[in-house]
Amino acid sequence: MAKRTAIVGVGQTNHTSKRRDVNGQELINEAVKRALADAGLTLRDIDAFVIGNMDHFEGINCVDGWSIDGSGAYMKPIMKVTTGGSTGGTLGSSAYYHVASGLFDVVMAIGWEKNSESDTQAAISTCADPILERDFFGGAIGPNAAEYAMYMKQYGASQEDAAMVAVRDHNNALNNPYAHLRKFITVEEVMNSPMLCYPIKLLDSCPRSDGACAVIYASEDRAPKIAPRPAWIHATAVSHDYVYFGDYDWEAMPTLEATASRVYKRAGITNPLKDIDVMELYLPFSTCGVVWMEHMWVCERGESPKLIRKGVFNMEGELPVNPSGGVLSTNPIGATALIRIGEAALQVMGKADDRQVPNVRTAMATAFGSCYWFEATILRSTMS
Amino acid sequence: MDNVAIIGVAQTKYEKGKTKNYAELVYEVSRMALDDAGLELADIDNVVTTTNDFYDGRTIACMAIAEAAGSYGRDATNVEGDGTLSAFYGLMRTLSDVYGTTLVTTHCKVSEGAPRKIFNQMFDPIYDRRLGMDAISSSALQARAYMDRYGITQEQCARVSVKNHGNARNNPYAHVPLDITVEDVMKSPVLADPIKRLDVAPVSDGACAIILAKEDRVKNGRRKPVWVKGVAHCTDAYRLGERDLSRAGALEEAARKAYAMAGVKDPSKEIDVAEVYDAFSYMELLWYEGLGFCGAGESGRLIDSGVTGMAGALPVNPSGGVLSAHAVQVAGLARIAECVLQLRGEAGRRQVPGAKLALAHGITGICAQTHCVWVLSDTPAKEV
Amino acid sequence: MEEKPNQATELLELSSGKAEHVYYWHCGYYTSRFLLGLRDQTTILGVRCSACGRVYVPPREVCGRCFKTMNEWVDLGTEGTIYAFTVVKLPYVDPNTGLPIKVPRTDIYVQFDGADTRLMHWLDEGDETKIKVGARVKAVFKKERRGTIHDIEYFTQV
Repeated sequence: MAKRTAIVGVGQTNHTSKRRDVNGQELINEAVKRALADAGLTLRDIDAFVIGNMDHFEGINCVDGWSIDGSGAYMKPIMKVTTGGSTGGTLGSSAYYHVASGLFDVVMAIGWEKNSESDTQAAISTCADPILERDFFGGAIGPNAAEYAMYMKQYGASQEDAAMVAVRDHNNALNNPYAHLRKFITVEEVMNSPMLCYPIKLLDSCPRSDGACAVIYASEDRAPKIAPRPAWIHATAVSHDYVYFGDYDWEAMPTLEATASRVYKRAGITNPLKDIDVMELYLPFSTCGVVWMEHMWVCERGESPKLIRKGVFNMEGELPVNPSGGVLSTNPIGATALIRIGEAALQVMGKADDRQVPNVRTAMATAFGSCYWFEATILRSTMS
Repeated sequence: MDNVAIIGVAQTKYEKGKTKNYAELVYEVSRMALDDAGLELADIDNVVTTTNDFYDGRTIACMAIAEAAGSYGRDATNVEGDGTLSAFYGLMRTLSDVYGTTLVTTHCKVSEGAPRKIFNQMFDPIYDRRLGMDAISSSALQARAYMDRYGITQEQCARVSVKNHGNARNNPYAHVPLDITVEDVMKSPVLADPIKRLDVAPVSDGACAIILAKEDRVKNGRRKPVWVKGVAHCTDAYRLGERDLSRAGALEEAARKAYAMAGVKDPSKEIDVAEVYDAFSYMELLWYEGLGFCGAGESGRLIDSGVTGMAGALPVNPSGGVLSAHAVQVAGLARIAECVLQLRGEAGRRQVPGAKLALAHGITGICAQTHCVWVLSDTPAKEV
Repeated sequence: MEEKPNQATELLELSSGKAEHVYYWHCGYYTSRFLLGLRDQTTILGVRCSACGRVYVPPREVCGRCFKTMNEWVDLGTEGTIYAFTVVKLPYVDPNTGLPIKVPRTDIYVQFDGADTRLMHWLDEGDETKIKVGARVKAVFKKERRGTIHDIEYFTQV
């Protein structure tokens, strides 16, 4: 029998640039222990695990088996899912379907990365087709830089509009003890930071972090007994249609639009700006925080800069985005999108402490990766 | 568990050095599985692919096969591990109330990379990896521990190889059909004592796909649906030094759960045919015991008695097994596909007459750290 | 960071060494034909879906939208327009050599007339003020061609 499913516990490491004091398994274990403590559970309560990261970032094949000493999945079911940058979203969905299938009652999703153990840009550049596109792929930044250059041309947006997104996310991170970069910044500082790939500058970009996140999902039979206010999963959706980067239509952002449309339809959301109380979005660059709002149907095409300037997406605005500080302040890649889900769940559960948005009933988390693979989750405080 | 059927299967022929790239292999089996099921792509609600960045030789390898696996316009996700695990995740998604049908694909072109080095990357980078451990040397340790404990002879292992390579002569998909004797195996070059050349699975390229459907989506087509009765997976300790290599503890646990779901009480009597993951000849013997086909240490006598031969009461690997075709991540899903053919009565010259209950088995990790067990039947579970 | 009792006096780090892991990618029929087009005909080939009419470059076997095998080859010539560009200034590691790339380097997407998708390549211009989206560009082929994407040395603005 299919089951309703909720998040009942979230744990994450204090993300930072380099964790020399722990190996990967020990890093994972910190998040696992914190998630168990958050839910008031022990390892014995976990029926199955899913884990994910980016293979070539640490060079460990089959991390599902490797993780056992840290994940605690000894003599239990564990499987690996991975979809690049969106891995964390894929992990959340996988844990959700483990439970929603009715086959497992309590399932833990674990995302992790030790970016400090290899050259992230070199590893990511091997994601483009090795025969045709690899040598022309300027890392993850290239396509996004090109996207915003086109957007500015078409809608008269500015680099300052993107800088305001960077300022919002970076300064929100001051309220999040787990965030990697916690430093107050201004629009001027963003504008003066080194240009990496026109028009994206250093402070418009996500860092590389070492970190792990664990999120516990439970069935309708167990969730209400574990958590006083579980975060119920109302819908997930994913879209991945393209093989070559040259296939993608950035003006239309078809996979983001398809993901948003599908997840809204499944969750019964008709007006995201009004129906959703908080969003944790996978925005690897500040420029995405301008353009992508429109493809998620939050506002009309070309209107996003206006809303940003009005502060609609700030903590005190109508639809706060990234109270945690988002990807711009923390990016342990395999964990990054799971942190979005975990943070959205904390908002629904009312456990987000200094970064809590008041009275969250509906939250949304997104994931982004590979050739414009988008994944989204809608969480609510009520089961139905 | 609600009734779910496998309604379409397809495999490529397994070969070394296939000229098609892996997206083309995935397209070939996806297309054939749809044809086998009598479906159009529009009938597929979602897709689960299987990749491994190490074997595929690129980061985020799932990017490369989106179009080929029919992901365009529908939800898709990706597992890294044996195909039995992707199929299990596909089953979970099918059982949730979100999707009614799932296409599961897996591919591997082992011949494109360096399989020994890729396997070596499963080992701990600080310890065993630096010692140059690989699939053959680590499995030789496992074989030694197992054979020594129970007095299993090299001739008994060789008998598995003779049986499976012989069975492969009846399987048009098999890579290495051979007419060999125990003496041939014994005389073949020693790779890592007690493992000899003819005890080892080949390096193969290939792909496999299956289609899962909820009972209400199973149409009366030309193919008989094959029903999923029980599935479970389990993972043992990571470090070989922590494991009892002479026993398959994780397999015992996975089998126990799968049998409980399927209502199987005496597997050696109830199961009509089994397809198990015999990457090495000794493995098939060790798996007999883990699956409860005989008691601990009794596998040598079981193979000697001919029970698991084509004419025996419980034929194992009529297809020739993994010893005759080893496209790593494909091998477990191929076991499922072969069981489906057996239960439909469409296995041609390798058909076990009147097979009604079948067992498929997959492994992943060092010395089969993870096992996944499927019990399949020609009839659905009765309404409760 | 958590306090740990009996900590090591030093935290060590080990490199994975210089071992290379070489792959031999099979190009398959479609990519091979495309590369042979570069090598032998100095032209860019695409493939058209007979069901929806979309023209794909680089060519591939299946149209994801129609899930149909494509067989209609289209000669796209050597000229197109810049769909998007970026001047890379971060000298990240070249996956082929392991050495830092030379910057600035301009990565572009070329939109060929009559194609629905775009090809990635380089432009021989590192000053972004001189590059315009929509500008015409032309492939410059190498004299010695080996059947790789580098048979096109770069694109140049016409």
